[in-house]
Parts: sequence; C-alpha cells; structure tokens
Amino acid sequence: MKTITIRYFAVFREHAGVGEESLSLDASTAMDVYHQTQERHGSKEPVGHCKVAINDVMADWSSAVDDGDTVLLFPPVAGG
Amino acid sequence: MFEGWVRNQNDGREVERLEYEVYEPLAIIEGEKVLDEAQQRFPHINAVCVHRSGLLDIGECAVWVGVSAAHRDEAFKACRFIIDEIKTRLPIWKKEHYVDGDSGWVNCERCANVNHRHTDPGKQGN
Repeated sequence: MKTITIRYFAVFREHAGVGEESLSLDASTAMDVYHQTQERHGSKEPVGHCKVAINDVMADWSSAVDDGDTVLLFPPVAGG
Repeated sequence: MFEGWVRNQNDGREVERLEYEVYEPLAIIEGEKVLDEAQQRFPHINAVCVHRSGLLDIGECAVWVGVSAAHRDEAFKACRFIIDEIKTRLPIWKKEHYVDGDSGWVNCERCANVNHRHTDPGKQGN
C-alpha cells in the first residue's frame, strides 16, 4: 500500500467534498488512483477527458505513482 | 489578437456569470510551453497571453491573446494555435452560473453525484 496525497479541482472537489486528502492505496499508476478515487466519490467523468499531474508535473495516466507522491486530478478543462 | 468575452448564453441557457478556477502553477508552465511551441511553428512572431480567474460578469474579457508578425497570415494562424491549445491543455475550469439559479462546470458530465448541491447557494432555484 502507498500513502498518496490526492488533490481535487473544480467538479472533482465538489464531488469529493474536499480539495485534498491523503489515502493509503494499492495503486501502481495514476490510472489506478483515478479509478479508486472516482469510485470513492462517485464522479463519472470519462478518464479520457481528464488530465493528471504528479508532484506538479503534467503526467500520463500510465505514469507510475510512488509512496508520498501528490497526484492532482484534473476534470475536463475549459479555459478561454 | 483574440479576445474571449463572457457571453450571456451558452448551449441555449441564459448565463448570469462565469467562475474560472485555475491551477496557477501548471497553467503558467503549460501556458509558456504553448507560447514556445507557437514560436517554433511560427518563427517570426511575438506572442503574449493573459487568462483571468475568479468570478467574471457578462461582457468582461476572460482571455486575451496578442501576436505580432511580419504578415497577418502568420499572426492569425499563431493566434488561433495559441487559443486552441490554451482551451484544451491548461488546467483551467469554467463554471457557468445560470439565470435560473442552476450552475454547472463546462465540459463536465451533468453531475452524477446526487448528494452534492447543484443549485447556486446564493440563489434558491424553484
């Protein structure tokens, strides 16, 4: 198990009810983190529409996550 | 030059105001990458971009892209490239607050989670 800090933004934060939480997860990739947190908080955003960053660096869903990492889950963006 | 102004309607719904949320650290990093890429694609340009955050009223300017170039064709193409990349890459989110009191995040599925309030707390919809 890894202790991972997850940060939520926009609609994800509203679903989670918090902007950030630390969880002990059995996760290898950012995708694992996404699926486990979405189940936990009930979001239905298709992962292909979302983005992820790890320790403040944009990443892919296949990127590995390590103990102590901060994973930032970005719902579909809408700048402009 | 491109200017994105807050409109009073979207997808047939009357909008009262917009709320932009920006994750600034990565919006700046990704934004600068976009400008660098524009410079590589269109070598003879100079470009700047500004994106606002927080609550914006109808008629306010939310995003501004300025490009100078030797010829207009390159300027307009670079401008288009920049705004298109900003809209799809930067960690910026837009919540529409509707006249009927509802609100929703643009590009997001209508909220599937029933146990969170969807109506703008400041205005009780009927």
